[in-house]
Amino acid sequence: MSNAESFVMGSVEGQAPTLSTEGLSVGYGRTAVVDGIRIRVEAGEILCLIGPNGAGKSTILKTLIRQLQPIGGTVLLENTPLPDMKERELARKSAAVLTGRIAPELMTCEEVVAMGRYPYTGMLGILSDADREKVDETIRIVGMEEIRKKDFDRISDGQRQRVMLARALCQEPKLLVMDEPTSFLDIRNKLEFLSILRRLVRERKLAVVMSLHELDLAQKFCDRIVCVGDGNVRAVGTPEEIFSGDVIRDLYGVEHGSYDCLFGTAEPERNSASPRVFVIGGGGSGIPLYRKLQREGIPFASGVLPENDLDLPVAKALASVVITDRANEPVSAERAEEALAVLKTCETVICTVDQFGTVNRENRRLRDYAEEHGLLKRENLMNCKH
Amino acid sequence: MNTHEPAAVSHETAERRILCCFGILTVLLLLLLTLNLLAGSSRITPGEAFSALFRGETGETSARIIRSIRLPRLLAAAVLGGGLSVSGYLLQTFFGNPIAGPFVLGISSGAKLLVALVMIVSLGKGIVLHSAAMVAAAFCGAMLSMGLVLLASRKLRNMALLVVCGVMIGYVCSAITEIAVTFADDSNIVNLHNWSMGSFSGIDMGDVAVLSGIVVPAVLLAFLLSKPMAAYQLGEAYARSMGVNLRRFRTALILLSSVLSACVTAFAGPISFVGIAVPHLMRSFFRTAKPILMVPACFLGGGVFCLFCDLIARTLFAPTELSISTVTAVFGAPVVIWMLLTRKRGDTK
Repeated sequence: MSNAESFVMGSVEGQAPTLSTEGLSVGYGRTAVVDGIRIRVEAGEILCLIGPNGAGKSTILKTLIRQLQPIGGTVLLENTPLPDMKERELARKSAAVLTGRIAPELMTCEEVVAMGRYPYTGMLGILSDADREKVDETIRIVGMEEIRKKDFDRISDGQRQRVMLARALCQEPKLLVMDEPTSFLDIRNKLEFLSILRRLVRERKLAVVMSLHELDLAQKFCDRIVCVGDGNVRAVGTPEEIFSGDVIRDLYGVEHGSYDCLFGTAEPERNSASPRVFVIGGGGSGIPLYRKLQREGIPFASGVLPENDLDLPVAKALASVVITDRANEPVSAERAEEALAVLKTCETVICTVDQFGTVNRENRRLRDYAEEHGLLKRENLMNCKH
Repeated sequence: MNTHEPAAVSHETAERRILCCFGILTVLLLLLLTLNLLAGSSRITPGEAFSALFRGETGETSARIIRSIRLPRLLAAAVLGGGLSVSGYLLQTFFGNPIAGPFVLGISSGAKLLVALVMIVSLGKGIVLHSAAMVAAAFCGAMLSMGLVLLASRKLRNMALLVVCGVMIGYVCSAITEIAVTFADDSNIVNLHNWSMGSFSGIDMGDVAVLSGIVVPAVLLAFLLSKPMAAYQLGEAYARSMGVNLRRFRTALILLSSVLSACVTAFAGPISFVGIAVPHLMRSFFRTAKPILMVPACFLGGGVFCLFCDLIARTLFAPTELSISTVTAVFGAPVVIWMLLTRKRGDTK
């Protein structure tokens, strides 16, 4: 119980935060891009900034690592205001993975990583044995042993981002700031990168602030989410709080389409003309067909779906008419009548389920009706196996 | 360059390679110093040269030639050549661009302009200026051009355009220099004309002391900047996040590169291509871009390159002397073209 509680709570109140801001406003020159930023990041926590393009996420991140001067307010790193810190002190406490591509000449990956020892080496930057050990250890942690001797210019984007993460870790920071670290990675590299990060945060009590564009990943990997939009922080909360209701839809101003918070999927805007196709689906079998019809611009109806059906979120997002019924109960006669009425107005009926049971007996009637009247087209688009 | 040796081996070979490269450069330097000492219109045997250098027999003509003509000239060529290529290397680091250099960015021409103006004015009044004053004038000119280039670099993110801009600044400075020379007194022009083409001739041991007193400390300071320079190679933002004080670092870089190229221009006139070609040759030769190695390598390599070019300038069509820029251009420009071609291939990969 207590275990579960601390798991849900994430951070312990009262402990000094690694990073906190008070009334921070950030921007370029004198114009504030984002105002009134109040965030707190504890050790062992990932805080994620989400929000539309140009909302000022990068501006906030740059201010947190003193690449930009704040327009107002303060940033405290382990209770010390940023302006009071010497360069070396700051570099030993915070490190960054930034968006700009770097193109160092004739440098191996290992040498790029070793640059992270900068705040610890002497006047000429010569590595000590302890520094070398740290570099080796970091290379092992991020799993880049095979590429350590390769030219930095000649590795893939995924590998590059790992090298940049290793370089930042070599600074042994308390706070790691990353600006869209996964943006140019393929899906496998995104997952691997964030998994490494998650492990590090847990094991080393690192505090991470980063921005992500992949909402589904933010939901799965981050402890707290900060929504940035329209010149201020719109909401701060756990993924469970942020990814419910209309927070995301409002934040991004999604008007032509929808975003499903539970699955993290976005669907385009529905075609709400009167339906030409009636889909008898269920259990997820209809989803590929709904998307295909949407792509081809054909308005459709779907039914009868129980309210807990896997098809339902997509059907609701895309179909012009959806007929639903209570979950775990046989489809009622009234609902079946309603569905039949819609079915009769359609040119075609497609059934994506092969078997019917007692609960969806009425759906079999719908199919039989369609078959008798020559409306039925059997199409099973379930190519992706579950 | 494409071969990937096993990890442990490649580390050792890289270290051995670096030692070898420094060894070769040192041998070349000694060889060229000797050749420059011995070669020339009047035949001097190694024995005579040795005694002139170490026994202090100043009476003979050969000893006088060695001690007051050839020795200062070769020392100046070695030190100024080294300084010039370090200056180029600093500018390349600053702009993150391998074709930046004191000559293409118009910094040498700016220095030349002010030196020419100061010379004309002072010669007109019959004052012979001390070499330190010439360096000061050159430094002002260099900073003037540098200021213009920096202003342009704020507007122009594109490095190619910045270089074009620098070349234009160089032309403007050269044009004004030409005008000034045209209206100067006849007797001054010969002197000025030689100098403005670039030459190591006419440098005495007093000058060598002054120029070494400027170039050597400046190169040492540049060497001390090698740590932040390495960080800067990862870009401004990363350098800052690792603890580099950017403002101080960039100011130091600009001042040092300007002092170095100003000093070279004050004593030997504008010398082309050394500042670009030598750092590039050194990078390919050492197969690394680490500043801690590149600063000494550029200094040595620049010395070797300029001694070699000066040897050719003096001896190829003797007794007629070529201007040093002519020779450095012949050897330096192809290196630059080669670099541009190979870089382009690297980019498309």
